[in-house]
Amino acid sequence: MTRNEIYTRLIDQFGEEPFDKSDEEFNEFIAVDTGQWYQVAKFLHNDPDLYFDSLMCITGVDLGPKDDVMEVVYDLHSMRHLHKITIKVIGPREEEFRVPSVESIWRIADWHEREIYDLFGILFDGHRNLRRLLLPDDWEGHPLRKDYEVQEYYHGIRVPKIKPKKLTP
Amino acid sequence: MGVLEHKFNDNVIVGQMDKLIGWARSNSPWYFQFGLACCAIEMMSTAAARHDFDRFGAMPRSSPRQADVMIVAGTVTMKMGLRVRRLWEQMADPKYVISMGSCATSGGPYWQHGYHVLKGVDLVVPVDVYVPGCPPRPEALLEGLMKLQEKIKKQKTLAKVEE
Repeated sequence: MTRNEIYTRLIDQFGEEPFDKSDEEFNEFIAVDTGQWYQVAKFLHNDPDLYFDSLMCITGVDLGPKDDVMEVVYDLHSMRHLHKITIKVIGPREEEFRVPSVESIWRIADWHEREIYDLFGILFDGHRNLRRLLLPDDWEGHPLRKDYEVQEYYHGIRVPKIKPKKLTP
Repeated sequence: MGVLEHKFNDNVIVGQMDKLIGWARSNSPWYFQFGLACCAIEMMSTAAARHDFDRFGAMPRSSPRQADVMIVAGTVTMKMGLRVRRLWEQMADPKYVISMGSCATSGGPYWQHGYHVLKGVDLVVPVDVYVPGCPPRPEALLEGLMKLQEKIKKQKTLAKVEE
């Protein structure tokens, strides 16, 4: 199935409201409303024509205070039908951006979501074990956020300051 | 031809106890398996047949209770630094530390941007020998161990050191 067929399939099931489609040539994705995402994910996983049984990766995105947007990007692949789709869940850049967890649908999402929580501070509702994955449990802050500032000391060990990278215009 | 020549039966050797202890200790440096990153592969290579760490009497122990030397091979992160300290505290005296490679010595490639990397394992444990390189060749680690053996040989355990 092509992306447009999948899109029509989803609209037939859920109506047009929760979806938004991008038609940029190299950036093809379907944006899903945060509230409906869990039902949509279940449908994508269980529907026999779609049958996305493999979640390839989840990516967190922080576009910074200028755009004021945070995203979670899901790359799905079907081993039975061999088609792919990219789903985005877009939200405001708050301290606590909450996204429904798909960890109970694709088990691999367990660690992916823990990693994104660790590095972006995005909270996944319904995740059964949302702890940090890479950094120590008592680390302060979420390092991949644009407004991250390194703590001064960790258990009495001085944490070095990161030099600010030069942003290319 | 000292005074003690021909005074004893066979199989009695007269020598300095300190030298004997130093010789015994320096030729059995059981090292603590502490591979953290790519340097660990180099350490395994050193222990394997071609470079043969075993001819120095060095054998890998997986428990801190039975190791004399801790070879910190690889990147020590902040999270691991606390565990390194704890394991070092569990080792029995006399204990020695070899810092292997750039990461363990100073943070190495993570010097500038790695907020999560401990900038040198000497911030948490005292280091005896630093082995430079990224990663050090097995010969370099052998050299580091020989330097440590020299240090152990010089140590006094029984003699009173005049201060």
